[in-house]
Formats: sequence, C-alpha cells, structure tokens
Amino acid sequence: MSSYLELSARERLQQLFDPGSFEEFLPPSERVVSPHLAQLNAPVAFDDGVAVGRARLNGEFVYTAAQEGGFMGGAVGEVHGAKLVGLLQRAVLDNAPAVVLLLETGGVRLHEANAGLIAVSEVMRALLDARAAGIPVIVLIGGSNGAFGGMGIVARCANVVVMSEEGRLAMSGPEVIETANGVEEFDARDRALVWRTTGGKHRYLLGDCQMMSADSVAAFRQAALDAIAACAGGPVELTLEALEREQQLLAERLARFGAMADPADIWNSIGMADAQRVSMLDADAFVAAAAAHRLGAP
Amino acid sequence: METLNYRYENGTRTLAKNPQIVGVVGSGNLEVLIESAPLDGACTIEIKTAAVGFGAIWEAVMHDFHERWLLADARISINDMGATPAVVSLRLDQAVQTMLEDAR
Repeated sequence: MSSYLELSARERLQQLFDPGSFEEFLPPSERVVSPHLAQLNAPVAFDDGVAVGRARLNGEFVYTAAQEGGFMGGAVGEVHGAKLVGLLQRAVLDNAPAVVLLLETGGVRLHEANAGLIAVSEVMRALLDARAAGIPVIVLIGGSNGAFGGMGIVARCANVVVMSEEGRLAMSGPEVIETANGVEEFDARDRALVWRTTGGKHRYLLGDCQMMSADSVAAFRQAALDAIAACAGGPVELTLEALEREQQLLAERLARFGAMADPADIWNSIGMADAQRVSMLDADAFVAAAAAHRLGAP
Repeated sequence: METLNYRYENGTRTLAKNPQIVGVVGSGNLEVLIESAPLDGACTIEIKTAAVGFGAIWEAVMHDFHERWLLADARISINDMGATPAVVSLRLDQAVQTMLEDAR
C-alpha cells in the first residue's frame, strides 16, 4: 500500500483514481510555464507545479487538481493559479459531480508577488462559484508541505477537508511565526509541537478538518468517495448561516483555548482521555477516541 | 540559468505518440519531457539548467544516453535544478521506459 505522503502529485493522480483514467487539461507538452521565473533566472516546470484534469472515481468522472510539493513547495504562481481557476470553471460548465483537490502548497509563490496573490484570491472565488453551482469541493491534505498561506484559506472554503495525521493545515507556517513573533511564541524546530499545532489530528479535533485518513493512497481514495457521498443530495453552497456558525465556533474556540500554550492542553480540556497518547493513535483508533469530543461535528 | 542543445542523428527506435513527463523540478532533481516529433530521424535534447558551466558533463551524459537507446524522431526537453549525472541518466531511462510501456 503506497504512502500518500511520499508520492509525487502525478503518482497520486495515477494511484488515487481509477487506473489510467486521468485526462489532463493543459498537459506539460503544452509548455505553459511561468513567465515570471524566467525573468528571475529561476528554473520553470512544464506544468508550473500543478496537474489539472478529470479522472474517474469508481467509474464516475470527477474534476481534480494535484499540486506538486517538490516544485517550489507547491507554491501558487500566476499560471498555477490560473490552471486551478480554469479547472473549477470547467467543472461548473460541465456540471461535474464533484471537484477533488489534492493540495500540497506553501501558499503564494512569493517570486510572483501580486500575480500570485491575485491568483489565490481568484481560486477562492472560483471554488465558491463551483459550490454555488451545486458542485461539492473536496480537499485532500497529506503531503509533506501541508497546505499553508492563501491555499490554507482555499482549503477551508471547501465542503470537506480530509487530512492525514502527517498533513498540516494553517495560515502562517511555523518558521514565519517564529521569525515574526519570536521563538517564545513558536519554536519552529520543535517538530512534535509543529505537528501537534498544525497536523491533521489537531485540525480534526478543532473542527477545521472534517475527515481523517491514514497515510495511504487507498485510505485517501476511500475518504474522497465518502466525502462526495456525504455531500450528495444536500446543499453544498456556502450560506450566510454557515458562515455565522463558523464565526461563532471560532469565537468560542478563542474564548475557551486562547490562553493555552500547547494543543495538548486543549485536548485535555475537551475531554480527550489520555491526551498525551493522542499522537500515538493510528487514524481509526483516533477517530473513535475523538468522536465524542471533537468540535464542529455536524 | 544555462540552455544547452544537442542533436543526434542515426537513431532507429521511434516512440509512442503520447508525450510523457517524469521527475520533478526540485533541488538535485529534474523533469524530463519526452515526445515523438518529426525531426528527420533525429533525437533533439534541450536542457535548461540552474547549474551553469557543466556543458562538457551534460554532453557526455547525453552522448551515452543516445548510445543506449538510439532514439529517432524524439524530442526531449529537460528542466534541471542541479541533478547529478547519475540522476540525469536514471530519469532519462525512466522517461524512455515509460514511453515504451505506453506503446505496448
């Protein structure tokens, strides 16, 4: 069974969906590369770090994108972002049953500055447009680069976020927080602390992530199927009521946990038995242990 | 960045129709895009590399690659981020083998 974490974006697309079913839009042979990197004398990638297209999941075509963490940390440049936007718009045009985004990204590609920032905001708008058109958007996070920055926000715009324990989701990355606020605020070299704070288990307990997956392609595939099934038939557009609920959840979180220095303190306070052992549980045992305690559960 | 171009004649092995890409443009790694193209029987290789000044080594590695496979009407494009010669050779072989698998 393949580790999802260790695969490249293209290997994930080949292995997560039905064999041989991935049809790429704007493949590498089209050579639509970043116009900015060449000006900076930096290497380009023929797909600008993201593959987009459609692929079958149990026979049914869903629209999908996979970011390559190995190329500039999966960061979003102008072309990379435009490909994500185009994919989401195409999904609406074709009335796709679902969009599955395999995110692995540090956020905006800083080399491309404003073009990258605008690209990420356009991805958010396109994602919400897809939801408004009745298309559920599922985000999978299990790569070593996590999902950070603007793409962390994009992830939280989706209907369902699926994470492995190894996946990470946050706005500012650990090094950014340490640089800006000091090592007393956050020690980016303390890897256990980094994963306790941004990793899948903590996100699941806090309600930022709706499903946990083991670190295997098969488990992520099943989670994607389950997530699509969970959205089927129900409304998938973002509503004002849902936003207000989210705002209330965040306000309560801040009030309850704002003074706590370590996620383990939060796990204790929400009643996770033996919070010190949370990090040792495998995905299934963890989900069972978390069921009665996690926040934001429907 | 440095751009290097090589062209080899006298190849005999033609490729499948669908282009293939292998590898990732990450530190010490490279991506290889391999395509079938009408080139009067030649195999062309274009390399864009972040490591400047290694033309002689690239030439030797590309020459060996051509001797191994003798590709004809093949267009190979490489984006490199400082891969070692061994990694380059392995990626090139992987690219060709992926093509041959696809042709079966």
